[in-house]
Amino acid sequence: MSSNLAVRLAPWLYTATLFIVWEAACRLFKIPTFFLPPPTAIANAFVEYWTPIYRHSLYTLSTTLIGFGMAVGFGLLLGLVVGWSRSIYAGLYPLMIGFNAIPKVAVVPILVLWFGIGFVPAVLTAFLISFFPIVVNVATGLATIEPELEDVLKALGASKLDIMRKVGIPRTLPYFFGSLKVAITLAFVGSVISESIASNYGIGNLMLQAQAQFQVPLIFAGLVALAVEGIVMYWLMAILEARMTGWAQRSGFAQA
Amino acid sequence: MSAFITLDGVSHAYGGLTTAPAVEGLSIAIEEGEFAAVVGPSGCGKSTLMKLATGLQFPFKGSVKVAGEMVTKPVKIAGMAFQAPTLLPWRTTLENLLLPLEIVEPHRSEMRRRRVEYAARAENLLTSVGLRGQGEKYPWELSGGMQQRTSLCRALIHEPKLLMLDEPFGALDAFTREELWCVIRDLHAARKITICLVTHDLREAVFLADRVFVMSARPGRVLVERKIDLPRPRDLDVTFTPEFQDIVQEMRSHIVRARQ
Repeated sequence: MSSNLAVRLAPWLYTATLFIVWEAACRLFKIPTFFLPPPTAIANAFVEYWTPIYRHSLYTLSTTLIGFGMAVGFGLLLGLVVGWSRSIYAGLYPLMIGFNAIPKVAVVPILVLWFGIGFVPAVLTAFLISFFPIVVNVATGLATIEPELEDVLKALGASKLDIMRKVGIPRTLPYFFGSLKVAITLAFVGSVISESIASNYGIGNLMLQAQAQFQVPLIFAGLVALAVEGIVMYWLMAILEARMTGWAQRSGFAQA
Repeated sequence: MSAFITLDGVSHAYGGLTTAPAVEGLSIAIEEGEFAAVVGPSGCGKSTLMKLATGLQFPFKGSVKVAGEMVTKPVKIAGMAFQAPTLLPWRTTLENLLLPLEIVEPHRSEMRRRRVEYAARAENLLTSVGLRGQGEKYPWELSGGMQQRTSLCRALIHEPKLLMLDEPFGALDAFTREELWCVIRDLHAARKITICLVTHDLREAVFLADRVFVMSARPGRVLVERKIDLPRPRDLDVTFTPEFQDIVQEMRSHIVRARQ
């Protein structure tokens, strides 16, 4: 019971400690606010600029979620295709790795060229940056079906589609939901990159403007807003994962 | 009269003709309703024999016949169990048993309508292997021996004519193993199905089988065929009789020679 309480309080305690140490360091070493603002100054910026922060956060959240949604759909589909056949896997894998190695910041100008600045490139960057882990995880789940189990089913006359439906897909779900946690945070990276380069809205753009006006606490307020959004979405994905694939999470390994 | 399973002069290599064959010139005939055991040194192609007889692999030479038909695709009348229970962790024990019925016709198309009946059948099967009332548990809530029993039930649920067992008791402790010998002995006696057991445990083979086939080292073929005349029903006590020990000893000497 008490250890349970400790686990539940731990995140708040650790976060509070970080901010307290930060604040203390700023005061103790007299760090100027325009260099590293203390948490209290960031909090003030939050109060002062609440309306724009709120509006831009919501905008970033929407581009991120749309991009992420596309990545889930496309990533799941491509993962199933890649996991379906070894030749498709062999053919597509180097292409995907190559594509993933391209810094997405370099792709944004091309997207702007095609779609103009603003909403669309942000969504697409979020999509492009976040689909890869989903594909890899889904394909891995399919590729690691036990051969004996496959034999059992094949000897019953199961088609490849049967094996996929009865074994492959359920087995892949823990990998899939695990990858969502990685993908959602990456999606934020993607949309903010695009917003900072080519948009008039969004947290990325807000921070760029704040920088131009030397409002350093506001820049940090933007970062904190992003971090909070990221944590909330990650947490939602983790809940989804636990609900959908509880059978896969029975290890006591990390419970200490 | 032709046998239920006939392998005639079969050669098979996994990587095509360029690799060393797993079995070469393998001939074996198993009668309907017979309990056959295949023993041999490790890597002798015992598992290959299983795959050939169930139509999961096809030989490049020789012929495989099951139930009077040439095997050109997976045979569908076989149930299989392996050393690992390979149960699906997201399904309860009962749902795991129903899996073959979701695949094999005619059950597949009648699954929805006859689900209650099928569940009752699965429940009966569980009872017959000493797992009464465990159907709602998940596989990972069961012990290794219980999982292996479940795996056996899954191999039997669609009432196959042929049961292929590939070292099904290999990962169990000695006591559980002997318990399961009795389970499989009783299943064979009650259902009169043909069983082909691949094992490296000579006592197991002699205790359970009507006939034991000893295979050579890779590439595998049958070296010796030995009828086991011990009267049925056999009790575990029989394994301590000198008669039994003699047969095991004889088998052992064949294997030792096969390894050289």
